[in-house]
Amino acid sequence: MQLHVNGKEYSIEVSGNTTLLTTLREHLDLTGSKYGCGEGVCGACTVLINGVPVRSCITPVGSVQNKEITTIEGLEQNGKLHPVQEAFLEVDPFQCAYCASGMVMSSVALLNRNPSPSKQEIMDAMQSNICRCCTYPDLVEAIVKSIKK
Amino acid sequence: MEKEHELFETGLTRRRFFHLMGSGVAVVLTASDLFALTIFNAGDKENNIYADDEIAAWIHINPNGIITVYTGKVEVGQNIRTSLSQVVAEELRVSLNTIEMIMGDTSLTPYDRGTYGSLTTPNMSPQLRKAAASLRETLIEMAAAFWKTSTSSLKARDGKVIHSNGKSITYSELTKGKKILKPVNDKVTLTSPDQWKVAGQSIPKINGRDFITGKHMYTSDLKVPGMLYGKIMRAPSYGATLISADTSKAKSIAGITVVEEKDFIGVIGPDSQTAETALWEINAQWKTTPQPSNNTIFSYLKENAQAARSESNFGSVEKIFNESKDVLTQTFFIDYIAHVPLEPRAALAQWEGNNLTVWTGTQRPFAVQEQLEQLFGIPKNNIRVIMPDTGSGYGGKHTGDAALEAARLAKAAGKPVKVVWTREEEFKWAYFRPAGVIEVKSAVNNEGIITAWEFHNYNSGPAGLRIPYEVENQKIEFHPVESPLRQGSYRALAGVANVFARECQINDLANLRKIDPVTFRLKNLKDDRLKNVLEATVQAFGWSKVKPKDRGYGIACAYEKGGYIATAVEVEVSAGEVKIVSIVAAFECGKIINPRHLKSQVVGCLLQGLGGAMFEAIEFKDGKIINPSMANYRVPRFKDVPAIDIVLLDRPDIASTGAGEAPIVTIAPAIRQAIFDATNKKLNQLPLVPNGLKV
Repeated sequence: MQLHVNGKEYSIEVSGNTTLLTTLREHLDLTGSKYGCGEGVCGACTVLINGVPVRSCITPVGSVQNKEITTIEGLEQNGKLHPVQEAFLEVDPFQCAYCASGMVMSSVALLNRNPSPSKQEIMDAMQSNICRCCTYPDLVEAIVKSIKK
Repeated sequence: MEKEHELFETGLTRRRFFHLMGSGVAVVLTASDLFALTIFNAGDKENNIYADDEIAAWIHINPNGIITVYTGKVEVGQNIRTSLSQVVAEELRVSLNTIEMIMGDTSLTPYDRGTYGSLTTPNMSPQLRKAAASLRETLIEMAAAFWKTSTSSLKARDGKVIHSNGKSITYSELTKGKKILKPVNDKVTLTSPDQWKVAGQSIPKINGRDFITGKHMYTSDLKVPGMLYGKIMRAPSYGATLISADTSKAKSIAGITVVEEKDFIGVIGPDSQTAETALWEINAQWKTTPQPSNNTIFSYLKENAQAARSESNFGSVEKIFNESKDVLTQTFFIDYIAHVPLEPRAALAQWEGNNLTVWTGTQRPFAVQEQLEQLFGIPKNNIRVIMPDTGSGYGGKHTGDAALEAARLAKAAGKPVKVVWTREEEFKWAYFRPAGVIEVKSAVNNEGIITAWEFHNYNSGPAGLRIPYEVENQKIEFHPVESPLRQGSYRALAGVANVFARECQINDLANLRKIDPVTFRLKNLKDDRLKNVLEATVQAFGWSKVKPKDRGYGIACAYEKGGYIATAVEVEVSAGEVKIVSIVAAFECGKIINPRHLKSQVVGCLLQGLGGAMFEAIEFKDGKIINPSMANYRVPRFKDVPAIDIVLLDRPDIASTGAGEAPIVTIAPAIRQAIFDATNKKLNQLPLVPNGLKV
């Protein structure tokens, strides 16, 4: 199977019904995307498929061949952080940070389709990402800061 | 540097000397070099040979200037890697980026009972401060010996000892990579908080960049050469025992090994999905036994209570109740809830001969080491448990379940095996915050003074039973129960349940006497620190402000785990929906080490507590968990977050204590009071409104 991940071509042997998350983590050693719920409701596994946020834990890898897959590892370009990552680094919202990849990816997707979301639009877009440490107010602050970058 | 040896030697006692010999460390002794430092060069620490009273056990200065700090405490999101680094940097007069902290590694760090009870800041922080300050003193002494001058003309700054005449020497030039075998000076002068430069600041999360780039390796991310993936067969319900299992189909799948050890059955495969598929192919027969369900749990807890343990018993509550006009008797009910750490239990186990290394997400790596010792009957020295910074715990990761499973499978396979629990396993087979029944009876006199307090908790636990109010007649008891569901620690333990019942009762007593609940508390409290947070909360909230229609205000306060917390809440109730409009909380835990991270802990506690207060509950029937998924077990999300205002009271005159638990205990009773204020409805069960409010 051919996969395009973070601008690279991968040729791997994996059955098409394997989840994209398992493929990324176990076959491509891209472990930045996390397993949280296995049913697409916590957002920890969020990746972008052609720029659209997708829950990789419920996405069969066979369905994303020939598509551009971007994971958290693909945001940094030549050692330079994505503006959203920069904002998150500055605001310092995280406790355990296990949700961090999913939060950053969902924020990137939000700002891609809406460069200046309102607070309400941020809440709507991020509602399906869970931070179990409940750092939500600081996460909102980080996303607001991302808008300015 | 003739004096050097003397400085280093003082910690090497006879006990340690024989300990070293016994541990097989090659020691060549000559008359002139009896305690030569070279024997303690890097590598020895693999044998965990430093006594806890020695600086070397806690801090080491590497030849390259990097300072390695060792602690058995672990990072599960409290950001103690940051706060502990801050206090070490402060005492040692070095920049934060020279500090590397090794946490929770049984081979490298001093023994530690575990990371729980908000004990890191009150216990480990002073321990490391003393070790760092002792090291600073030692470095100054070494420099004085080196320059043949007095210590009074020297000071430590920026990783160097600096002479008043201008010359300087770096710490690593002084120590040359050697271990400092000097005892930690228990009486060492610590840097006063008013002199702090690094401690006391909002330093961002250490290694923060690794987390937002996906580089940080949690246990569940780890991979070693030849590693396989393990899955464990689970019972269909609590109390079920295995009759038989047909594993032939699973075994026929390419790449799958089935491990069968009596009732422990696991599968090992080349990836987690194949292993999971094989697990489904096992056909097992189970014998089930009757188990309680949600609808019978509270009567079960009452009926199965064991002998009561007295927490407090003085005066005569019976006499006061007989004499009093205003006596209030209430019962409160607390559901089981789940911790739901976003990273589920995970472990990677690797055997090399008779030596076992396990990486696992646990709050108690040394306890997991003991569990492994018992399971395999091998010496503890052969077992190394390493705890990578983990995807949270909240009291839910005290045990080594995944570690034991991974180690069993790895032993059977002869290869490293990783076990990562699914969310469903986490919900079903981890342990819960206990359910509980709480009976409270109290009397209040005409002056609004509480005169008698009787309190019985069934099953939640004894934490938070003692009351901060001055009451002359008290009878407080905890009644343990053998819980039908697996239960254990939770953030603030039983504090959430007991403070809920207590503060609800306090609010209701105030209402009974028609006294404002803040005034009522102040009448009955003596503890100034608790009064301070209460008054700060009231002020920030504007307690006396005019209440809009359909709104209610509620308040509660508590002292738990070293922290003082008061919380005020505004709710809006309309069409049976309860909406939290705002939360104001004041918190005090002595001197603040990191204001931003402290605030984050307080907010996190309040919002996690909001989940347990409003809607979180484990549903179960006949020993089966009915809602074992995040789609069916609701935890707080972005839209559940109201306006939040946190007031942090800094007390430089008081030693710092922990903050990861205390702020969770007051949110539920404050919400309950606010709902009562808006609707006149008294809700006496947690969660309060899992299905909205019936009007």
